[in-house]
Amino acid sequence: MGKHVLLVEDEMNIVEAIRFLLSREGWEVDTHSDGASALDVIRDRRPDLVVLDVMLPGRSGFDILEELRGNDDTADLPVLMLTARGQSRDREMAEKAGVSRFMTKPFSNTEVLTAVRDLLYVHGQRT
Amino acid sequence: MASLNILVAVSLAYVALLFGVAFLAERAGMRGRAGWLLRSPLVYTLSLSIYCTAWTFYGAVGYAARSGLEYVTIYLGPSLVMVGWWWILRRLVRIGRSHKVTSIADLISSRYGKSNGLAIVVTLMAVIGVTPYIALQLQSVTASLSIFAAGGQEGLADQGAARAAGFWIAVGLAVFTVLFGTRNLNVNERQHGVVIAVAVEAVVKLVALLAVGAFVVWGIAGGVAETLARIDASDLGTWEMDGSRWAGLTFVSAAAFLCLPRMFQVMVVENDDERHLQIASWAFPLYLMMMSLFVVPIAVIGLDLLPVGSNPDFFVLSLPLSQGQEGLAMLSFLGGFSSATSMVIVATLALSTMVSNHVVMPVFLHLHQGGATQSGDVRNVVIMARRLSILTIIALGYIYYQISGGSSALAAIGLISFAGVAQFLPAMLGGIFWRGATRAGALVGLGIGFVVWVFTMLLPSFGPGAALSVATFDSGLWGIGWLRPQALFGVKGLDPTVHAIFWSLLLNVTGFVSVSLMTFPHPLERLQGAQFVNVFEHSGQTRGWQASVAESEDLMIMTQRILGAREAQRLFQTAAEAQGRGGYLPEPTADFLQQLERELAGSVGGATAHAMISQIVGGTAVSVQDLLAVADESAQILEYSNQLEAKSRELTRTAAQLRDANNKLMQLSDQKDAFLSQISHELRTPMTSIRAFSEILRDTDGLGPMEKSKYANIIHVEAIRLTRLLDDLLDLSVLENGQVTLNQQSGRLVDLLDHAVATAEVSEARPITFRRRRLDETVTLHTDLDRLNQVFINLITNAQKYCSADAPELRIEVSRPGEAVVVDFIDNGSGIPPESRDVMFEKFNRIGAEDGSGAGLGLAICREIMARLGGDVRYLEGTGGTGFRVTLPQSQALAAQ
Repeated sequence: MGKHVLLVEDEMNIVEAIRFLLSREGWEVDTHSDGASALDVIRDRRPDLVVLDVMLPGRSGFDILEELRGNDDTADLPVLMLTARGQSRDREMAEKAGVSRFMTKPFSNTEVLTAVRDLLYVHGQRT
Repeated sequence: MASLNILVAVSLAYVALLFGVAFLAERAGMRGRAGWLLRSPLVYTLSLSIYCTAWTFYGAVGYAARSGLEYVTIYLGPSLVMVGWWWILRRLVRIGRSHKVTSIADLISSRYGKSNGLAIVVTLMAVIGVTPYIALQLQSVTASLSIFAAGGQEGLADQGAARAAGFWIAVGLAVFTVLFGTRNLNVNERQHGVVIAVAVEAVVKLVALLAVGAFVVWGIAGGVAETLARIDASDLGTWEMDGSRWAGLTFVSAAAFLCLPRMFQVMVVENDDERHLQIASWAFPLYLMMMSLFVVPIAVIGLDLLPVGSNPDFFVLSLPLSQGQEGLAMLSFLGGFSSATSMVIVATLALSTMVSNHVVMPVFLHLHQGGATQSGDVRNVVIMARRLSILTIIALGYIYYQISGGSSALAAIGLISFAGVAQFLPAMLGGIFWRGATRAGALVGLGIGFVVWVFTMLLPSFGPGAALSVATFDSGLWGIGWLRPQALFGVKGLDPTVHAIFWSLLLNVTGFVSVSLMTFPHPLERLQGAQFVNVFEHSGQTRGWQASVAESEDLMIMTQRILGAREAQRLFQTAAEAQGRGGYLPEPTADFLQQLERELAGSVGGATAHAMISQIVGGTAVSVQDLLAVADESAQILEYSNQLEAKSRELTRTAAQLRDANNKLMQLSDQKDAFLSQISHELRTPMTSIRAFSEILRDTDGLGPMEKSKYANIIHVEAIRLTRLLDDLLDLSVLENGQVTLNQQSGRLVDLLDHAVATAEVSEARPITFRRRRLDETVTLHTDLDRLNQVFINLITNAQKYCSADAPELRIEVSRPGEAVVVDFIDNGSGIPPESRDVMFEKFNRIGAEDGSGAGLGLAICREIMARLGGDVRYLEGTGGTGFRVTLPQSQALAAQ
């Protein structure tokens, strides 16, 4: 059965592209574009994986990630983080916050697919 | 064998000769002739040889015979002072001259606020310290006389006769000194006669000693080589040297050279010209060297030839006698006699000046309150006081001579004197070099040093059981172990002389310094201290008398009594002429009173003169000017500390500025990072869509034409967005760097707005209703129309993009408050929250923009453009929606009208 992926991203065209890619692989893709309410949505929908942008309106991706890791329910949730800022400091901050995978925009489609696949597989093994 | 009568006759003839010389010199001096001689450096140098008394003339040989080369220390100390401490002497002389100092007591008392108490202490100490020295001269003259009488075979033929001789010699010396020193009624004149006589005696004693030495070397020993061989053969050259004794004796003789009252008299008081010191600085050591040249040969040959038990102190006399050289012996006797008499004359003169100025005169003035203005001649009192002082001092010397039995070695007695007067050294040097030295400190230091000296040196010199009991020597004063006079604080093993010098001076200096540090000088002391320490900066006196209350007549009467009528009238008349007044009485100005005080100080000493004038002028010893001077001094200190504070404030300010600059740099660095981060984000975001969809188009099979077209369109839109972003960035960078060139044109506002609205309407943004009043817009502008248009388009598209109303509406209102032109763009949206209003003009600031089509540069560009055009764009509050106001300066509106 298809895994459930939640995509949190405010850039509509990018949402469109990733949704297209992941849906074609047979995963169920939900999208959300606001940072402030993102946590509620994640708790609500209980996705198998979250693709998280860093610069979100309302709340930064780092904050959201930290809170996810601080919560027992979501501590193990695979999170693929995307950023357009592309500075090494962002990567460090993301890894400190406990990111599962970190990618810089613009990404190659296959990279994203591989990453999501790997994360879902490892997560599937564990649970 | 010369009879005693011949000897006495020769001595009297010699004295008469000296008198004659002194008389002639004095007369020549008064007539202003022979100044080349009277004021020559040669005479000055020779007068310094007053240092070499009978002790050095006779005693040096005895010293050498007893203790080997140690006698050299007595010559070494003064030589070191003359050569190495020349700058101290120069300072002393300068101070002495500019303050008309009459004695060392006067110097110390003047320095410490003209304290007469201090002057009395110094005077008493000097009298007590010098008494053994005078006794020493009596002893040596008596002994030499008796040796002569006995034909050089035995020491003292008859104790009783010797004592009688001693008495008559003392009387003779006293008469001699009184006649010599106080014959002159002008007591404040320099004693040219005495100085010349001393110089002659200096030559006589040098010639005598050299003659005896030459006789011994070439007449007895048979040449230099033989003499050296005999010196080698004797055990005199091999005596071991005691380092501490050498250092102690050298030091104490150097100190005594500066502090002995008679040395101070010839060196400072009688000094005519500072430059004499330069010559004396090498000539006097040379004299000392010649004096010491034959000491060792005489001692060695004397020890060889004379019977065991002969007093080595008188080898200079007994050697020629034993060889039958009576003429030479006579010369030698005259040398010793010269040494003794010149010392006694000058020493007693110096002491009597101190006693009369600091002890007798203050007492006299006190007893005759207001007496200074009464008629009668105070000069007689002064002269009488001096004569009595001379008699008393010589009497004291005679008594000491009688008590000490005339048996001690000459050198030992001399050293007691030296150590006694050396106690003045800390107060004197401290006074001329250290402004912090105070009267209390000087008193305590002198007092402690004096007491220790009396206990460890003077009293023990009478021998155990005489002044101090044997028990005191063995187990200390009152049985306290650490109060043994020759082992203070239980420190044993030191040579008694070194012990006494060490402890007295150490405790003296300690007391002086610590009390000075603890006490605060009063104003007059501070002033005098400043003038003494900085004597080379300002030699004049700064303090002034408060003159208005002084009566010239009273002053005149007083001055006459001290200086004599003629001298006083001359002084007053000169002063009156200098003030431009006729008659004999000058206005008692502060300057005149100062001059008068200095003149009087030359006669009766600084403290007494000060007291006498203040008796007439009033009790204000410290005038307003004094206080001002002190205030000036504190002002200087204050200013200095202010300067330091200012410096410190400046440093603090600089540090703050640096901190600010650093913060600014940090902020700039942060801003740069943030900017780069933003740029990266803004560029990467459209790139992401472009890349993702181009890959989809490339890699995905079976895409429908609809999808292909849609995705291609996204790529196209994002590419345009990217281009626009780059355009904006370049635009902004050009604007920010001020590199923009404005293209000034004239045009109507209404056309401009039409164009902007038209441009906005064709864009793909949401439609919006415009509300305008075209009538208001008929304003002609002269500015860069393209740039202004850019601003308008930006504001209109912003409204299109962000107006949250269901039926978006934009009002464009033009108004002309004053001469400026104001264009408001107001939509019916929700407005901008206050906290965002400041930042929204910053780069990359998008407020509530969720479609991401703008990079957040629009308003930043608008602001930059308006700044370049000399206008302004800002958020307009209180419109109900989102409002922006563009203001154009009046010149641009007016220009085209």
